[in-house]
Amino acid sequence: MRIEIEIERSCPEEGKAPYRERFRVEVPRHVTVLDTIIKVKNELDGSLTFRRSCRSAICGSCAMRINGRSGLACDTLVESELHRFGRLLVQPMAHMPVVRDLAVDMGPFWDRVRAVQPWVSRPAGEEPEWPVERETLMDQDAVEEMDDTSRCIMCMACFSACEVSEVDDRFLGPAALAKAYRFVADPRDAEHGERLKVLNGTGGYWDCTRCNQCVEACPKDVKPMEAIVDLRREAIGSGLTDTIGSRHITEFLKIVRREGRLNEGRMPINMKKANPASLLGVAPLALRMLRRGKLPFPVHAPIPRVREVRRIIDRKGKGDEEAS
Amino acid sequence: MNQVAHDVLIIGAGLAGMRAALEIGPGVDVAVLSKVHPVRSHSGAAQGGINAALREDDSWERHAFDTVKGSDYLGDQDAIETMCREAPSDIRQMEHWGVIFSRAEDRRIAQRPFGGAGYPRTCYAADRTGHALLHAMYEQVMKRRAKVYEEWFLLSLVVEDGECQGVVALDIRTGELVMCRAKAVILATGGYGRVYLTSSNGLVNTGDGMAVAFRAGAPLMDMEFVQFHPTTLKSNGVLITEGSRGEGGILINARGERFMEKYAPHAMELASRDVVSRAEQTEILEGRGVEGCVLLDLRHLGRDKIVERLPQIRDLAIKFAGTDPIEVPIPVRPGAHYSMGGIKADIHGATPIPGLFAAGECACVSVHGANRLGGNSLLETIVFGRRTGAAASAFVGGRAMPTPSERHLKAARDRVEAVLAGHGTERPWELREALGTVMNQDVGVFRGRGELEEAARRVARVRERARRPKVMDRSRTFNTDLTDALEMQNVVDLAQVIVAGALAREESRGAHFRKDFPQRDDAKWMRHTLARYTDEGPRLSYGEVTVTRYEPMERTY
Repeated sequence: MRIEIEIERSCPEEGKAPYRERFRVEVPRHVTVLDTIIKVKNELDGSLTFRRSCRSAICGSCAMRINGRSGLACDTLVESELHRFGRLLVQPMAHMPVVRDLAVDMGPFWDRVRAVQPWVSRPAGEEPEWPVERETLMDQDAVEEMDDTSRCIMCMACFSACEVSEVDDRFLGPAALAKAYRFVADPRDAEHGERLKVLNGTGGYWDCTRCNQCVEACPKDVKPMEAIVDLRREAIGSGLTDTIGSRHITEFLKIVRREGRLNEGRMPINMKKANPASLLGVAPLALRMLRRGKLPFPVHAPIPRVREVRRIIDRKGKGDEEAS
Repeated sequence: MNQVAHDVLIIGAGLAGMRAALEIGPGVDVAVLSKVHPVRSHSGAAQGGINAALREDDSWERHAFDTVKGSDYLGDQDAIETMCREAPSDIRQMEHWGVIFSRAEDRRIAQRPFGGAGYPRTCYAADRTGHALLHAMYEQVMKRRAKVYEEWFLLSLVVEDGECQGVVALDIRTGELVMCRAKAVILATGGYGRVYLTSSNGLVNTGDGMAVAFRAGAPLMDMEFVQFHPTTLKSNGVLITEGSRGEGGILINARGERFMEKYAPHAMELASRDVVSRAEQTEILEGRGVEGCVLLDLRHLGRDKIVERLPQIRDLAIKFAGTDPIEVPIPVRPGAHYSMGGIKADIHGATPIPGLFAAGECACVSVHGANRLGGNSLLETIVFGRRTGAAASAFVGGRAMPTPSERHLKAARDRVEAVLAGHGTERPWELREALGTVMNQDVGVFRGRGELEEAARRVARVRERARRPKVMDRSRTFNTDLTDALEMQNVVDLAQVIVAGALAREESRGAHFRKDFPQRDDAKWMRHTLARYTDEGPRLSYGEVTVTRYEPMERTY
């Protein structure tokens, strides 16, 4: 079939601002986006620049934005893109400076990965000396706990798709945090507590807005956002409760247990009760919202049969304890 | 910056290169230089596993025997013994460094059956073992803050006074040529699968290190032995792991017959790769194929096993072959996969050029001989990466940093400028396609004098045209049209060596099968082929095979 592909091109180092160029090429029906841009480079414009290698979604070289969505060019079919969007637009990934055309500077991504200290930390003195006489024993269940995150190929598609990274360049981003969880979940790692503590701060797992874009973008089904949620659970479980995020979760649950439903008027009060001064700070806003009917009154009675809700919550809590 | 200097400079950041880097001793300055980011290296595409005799009822001697037999008695037995003896410790070390191996009931590392092996000794991480190893290795590199020059392209070796003193490289991003001085250089640049038109290999697997070493005077060994993997996808040559047969998958022809019964009645689908590929090709040639393929049937394994043990394979088959192996057999055929040959190196990775070392697929130690067993390539990278790193580290002690002449830089610049001038009429890909077509047609699973002579003529013609490719990109910044052209020149040089070796070797051994000489001939050909560069083409000589305890026997599966 003869198709048209539009490619965003630029070369900042040579003063070329971004522009879009259209190419028409003859391709077989089941062609991938990667094979299409290879054909464009080979036959129409040798200066078209992009990275590629394995063609089988394991090396992670060819991530780019295809019709606005970040993913691997080698496992995206042209036909389904055309079917869904009626066109084919290819752009470099977001949140990283472009080197040339579709090749971006990977530095910002890898800086974030390195920031989570992405390696198994053995207790001091337990570094394996060669020859190594035995392996660590581990359950297949533990392996499976790391299965999702260990599939990551560091293609950066999730980082490009991340909505927090769009506005906050301190956020470590989905891949780095998923990698962090892979070590937190690893029974061989001696630094669980330290990792959780470090990532409990700015840029860490609480800064995710759970928009799910990373899960959608990931070509290997790593589900970074779920790993971030797991990190939060581990953090609260290990007593790291002094953050807005963790208070939000615990107070939310407390209110539901007490009243049988969420009391949105009560939430901000509970969240800030540890620091009354900050409560005063939001008071004018709260009053304005109340006046306009945007804030439910913070005092109301529990729902009927609230005991049943409490029973569910208590049983679930007990179940979690037994499971862990 | 047009020059850098390091005690040890490693070219290639796949498993062998990074493993070598981790072995460089304290006080020795090391850097790794790679044309792609380390985790993009092709080691990551290895699927099925890595071999080691870990269990008490297995032994490294049995592993060595299987490897020697698999090599069709061309492997050097001292090297094979070294690899198999050290394998268990190296696997365990990787495990301690964070590799997430699949686990057995008793919580130890799980192992699966693999082709040509008399014991299930292939350790694995589902069907992405190379990926698991590569990422863990890079984690260790990050931990030690080893210097990596990412996206630098190897142009030439600097050899003066008969010793290696560094390399000249192209910083792809800036287009700058850099003289990289070093007391020792380790080449760990992988294989040359892209000599062929269709290959399981990534597009970056162009044998750069081999070609560059060859032109610098290092001998290439046993290059005619190219492994054709029995199960690659028809559409694009993408690999379907041998693990799928290890888990119980079977091969059938168009009539639904399990044809391996005829060719390897005992090992069946788990005969060694050369045997299975020839069987498939025979079925296809004799008209019992399905559109140029045979069928890999996994259906009887059931959904659960496929999803747990072979998830990536299922994804690849659905995406690239349009078939879900849970419901339909996958059409597969033999495809160029692995280079048994490479730069001649000893069991310390040392090449005949002092200061030049080689490890991994680009080296020929030789542990694979005429045919590599599945699960032994990852193993080779780890064992010989470590050994080579240690040897290079020891080598540089007490040596002064060399000060090679600037003429090396100038020669490399002249070559790059000539390519960039782009006066030719054929694009790099056209030349590569012309070359690959010849190699696919005439230097494949079955070979014969007529085809090989024709191939030699055609490769020589492509090589002539390859001097002046048509490069369209004149930019300095990240010029991949330029690197495509340089890679093309590398594969053309290597093709010439493969064809020359195949034409000369008048016997059939392992992956090299001559229709006109269908028998193995130990008296005449139990010898390594050595190829040296001359302007007129490769000059061949032959070297002894080291035999320790395994005398050649007839090879049946």
